[in-house]
Amino acid sequence: MKTLAAESASKQGTGRIVNDFSIQVGTVNGSGSQSSNNVLMRSIFQMGIPVSGKNLFPSNIAGLPTWFTIRVSKDGYIARKREIDILVAMNPQTAHDDVKSLQPGAVCISPAEMKLDLVRSDVKHYQVPFGDLAARATDQIKLRKLLTNMIYVGVVGQLLEIDQAEIETAIRKQFEGKVKVIDLNLNAVKIGRDWAKESLKKEDPYYVEKMDKTAGKIIIDGNAAAAIGCMFAGASVVTWYPITPSSSLCETLIDYLKQYRIDKKTGKASFAVIQAEDELAAVGMALGAGWAGARSMTSTSGPGISLMAEFVGYGYFTEIPTVIFDIQRVGPSTGMPTRTSQADLLPAYFLSHGDTKHITLLPGSVEECYEMAGAAFDLADRFQTPVFVLSDLDLGMNNWMADQFTYPEKPFDRGKVLTAEQIEKIGKFERYRDVDGDGICYRTLPGTNHPLAAYFTRGSGHNEKAGYTERPEDYLNLMDRLNKKFDTARSYVPKPAVDRNPTAKIGIVAFGSSHFAVEESRDQLRDEEKVATSYLRLRALPFSDELRKFVETHDRVYVVEQNRDAQLRDLIRLEMPDLAMKLMSVKHYNGLPIDARFVTDAILEQERKA
Amino acid sequence: MVDSVTATKGTAGPTPATNRIGLTLADYKGSPSTLCDGCGHDAITSQIIKAFFELGVEPHMVAKLSGIGCSSKTPAYFLNRAHGFNSTHGRMPSIATGVGMANSQLIQIGVSGDGDSASIGMGQLVHILRRNIPMVYVVENNGVYGLTKGQFSATADLGSKLKSGVMNDLPPIDLCGLAVELGCAFVARSFAGDPKQLVSLLKAAISHKGTAFLDVISPCVTFNNHDGSTKSYKYAKEAETPLHEIGYVPFFEQIAVDYEPGSVTEVKMHDGSHVFLKKLHGDYDPTDRLNAHTTIFKANQDKQFLTGLLYIDEKKPDFTSQLNLTDQPLALLKEDSLRPPKEALDEIMQSLM
Repeated sequence: MKTLAAESASKQGTGRIVNDFSIQVGTVNGSGSQSSNNVLMRSIFQMGIPVSGKNLFPSNIAGLPTWFTIRVSKDGYIARKREIDILVAMNPQTAHDDVKSLQPGAVCISPAEMKLDLVRSDVKHYQVPFGDLAARATDQIKLRKLLTNMIYVGVVGQLLEIDQAEIETAIRKQFEGKVKVIDLNLNAVKIGRDWAKESLKKEDPYYVEKMDKTAGKIIIDGNAAAAIGCMFAGASVVTWYPITPSSSLCETLIDYLKQYRIDKKTGKASFAVIQAEDELAAVGMALGAGWAGARSMTSTSGPGISLMAEFVGYGYFTEIPTVIFDIQRVGPSTGMPTRTSQADLLPAYFLSHGDTKHITLLPGSVEECYEMAGAAFDLADRFQTPVFVLSDLDLGMNNWMADQFTYPEKPFDRGKVLTAEQIEKIGKFERYRDVDGDGICYRTLPGTNHPLAAYFTRGSGHNEKAGYTERPEDYLNLMDRLNKKFDTARSYVPKPAVDRNPTAKIGIVAFGSSHFAVEESRDQLRDEEKVATSYLRLRALPFSDELRKFVETHDRVYVVEQNRDAQLRDLIRLEMPDLAMKLMSVKHYNGLPIDARFVTDAILEQERKA
Repeated sequence: MVDSVTATKGTAGPTPATNRIGLTLADYKGSPSTLCDGCGHDAITSQIIKAFFELGVEPHMVAKLSGIGCSSKTPAYFLNRAHGFNSTHGRMPSIATGVGMANSQLIQIGVSGDGDSASIGMGQLVHILRRNIPMVYVVENNGVYGLTKGQFSATADLGSKLKSGVMNDLPPIDLCGLAVELGCAFVARSFAGDPKQLVSLLKAAISHKGTAFLDVISPCVTFNNHDGSTKSYKYAKEAETPLHEIGYVPFFEQIAVDYEPGSVTEVKMHDGSHVFLKKLHGDYDPTDRLNAHTTIFKANQDKQFLTGLLYIDEKKPDFTSQLNLTDQPLALLKEDSLRPPKEALDEIMQSLM
């Protein structure tokens, strides 16, 4: 059997595989390996080589296995790659399984005492006396575990030929300003590197070489990107309840708000952040604030939206703007809190009892986490309704290389809000009357100084004047108007991104973090199998016309998503029953981020049957 | 010595036709009540209208909130010129918290019931008290679920009976005891059948900065007003033991109280108003938290229905003040203060490269 590595090397004809491999570090959570992995990733990034990092971690604070994967890709692919080329096996609990999962010809760097060469003889082993080297790095026993991590950075750096200067820059950035810590870590890297230089003979094909593909790029996770978007969108009341994998969104936002939204002269804040007692309260606070006129938001994950269900329906029915981020994780129930998923698509879209549906934005990159945060606030204000932004753990918590974010050009859209002066001029105000014919009514804010300004918000039946009603015609009028408003939204939400190949008979539809795997899979299908594909990346719900046209103009359309029940495929079928038979499904739902090979294989398998 | 500490200008004698901002009582009214005739809640509504009118509060600066239940319908029956928010069951506190953050200039009054606050909304009640969000929080407590036709609530007394004869065998939750425990800085108990006391307490509550909690026994004439009920008009009237006689002098009126030294406790409210508590039997110091605890506990033990201002601490900082928000309400801030300049984004991008 030809190994992938060998295959790739032979293609280049040099025996060298340059800037195209993945490194996996297997450690124990709480061991401080995150800094080392960041340093490793960042130093490669600084050499101009596209990288992405994925942290596969347990729902636990210390002592359970965790894996960090760095993908180095000269072609700029940043999805997960299934095959591991270089393993750094630091965790005795998982080392045997980790090394067993490697392809023949892969590389394994491990502590010498683990004797992993006895487990697999068909991988290239570099066995390192980490204990001895750590003892050389410090005489403080407590620090040895931490510095061991930097020693593997040195070893990997030497083997792959990562510039030492870049590693040093990355360390300085990682431990910004902490001189002692920097020195200690620099020394540990050097000990590892020097030892590897003297003691290891390079017998694998993997190398890094300088490129110029990362100039001007940033590395960021989707939650931080969304946080930045929220701050520049003017979020002023932020409510949240801690939940993995969403917490870092609000935590990062708090940091940025403190830095940029407190008046330097007066010390006064243009924001309020509240850590709520639960998600019910978090979304209640967000709705209260949205009702009173603030740009409000909350962030959560699956169990949180389940708890928010009643209030979100209230917000839909009474027409109150707020923004809800759902950083999806694996469900149902508690599920796997630290694994990724796209299984909240339908639950979020239809959240709450009765006939409800919500504008739902689907960012497919960290750039879009930033941009759609801004769009979400405008849409919430314009349509006076809760707006969901559906990200996921892979997008939200992993490190992605991206273009720098651009400063928002568009002014805020605060929607239809009447002032006292406007009411005086018009002479009347009815909260739920569709004056403009677009389904969107005018609202007033509490505190508006006009005798006609006040209205009574209620989750029970209400007429155009916001009065209580149980009359059938009032209810129909309200529900149909809400539907009309939703239809108006179709032309306001972010349009799908379409890459149409005129020769393609098959199309792919995907959303969110599946995007990068789909992009890579399309290249695989084209280069390896001569299968041409078109691609529509859905960026929001409700659907717009583009999706129908896309499905109509292809023989078969593969809907790629990360859930068991083919939620997006079924939603399209629901809205376009006439096209139902064209819609095929590719579903990845084991908790790991979807990878290109999976998509390619799944499409090919179904194509053979077609 | 005067007969009553309420014998001050403005609160004694006939109510003037217009208040200090030139509005009439009618300007503070709401839609007609749809509750049962004689419902305690309607009596409370009348006192809420009176309190806001007499204080001369701008009605448009009030936000009136509620949860679900008979009590929660009542915000529709007062202050039609204030925005109203009839929220979901037990969740009014979170709405109030959000409204308070968005616009700290609004005066918020929330009306809840014993089902809404002591059962389904207990979590949110606890946390709004803990945070000390500025608002008047009224529980219209009748020990029974009225809107679903008469099931016991969590404040029903041990041994009290439903109309059908079913006896309550679970101990009640004392909401005032809970509020004191949680550090609420304004805790009062009153009775819908004692309008004089209630209106003074409501005014004091509106003057308080922070959560002012009022547990008002409010008989349900349809489901819990029979013999054997401890939340009936008859029982409450007979059992009510006021701790003190309460007088309230708003900040805009001269204090003209004449009392014997030592017979009255005076509390200066945050907005400059004054509350006078005339001793009735024995000493009661409402600023002594430990004593408030003991008094509530002992009253429950003795099956006594104590009313009055149980605890007050005018120095406790409220949540909004602690946040050091802009002077202009967050809800009214414009883009120039909500969106940082391009340099800020450039700086952030630089740090991520």
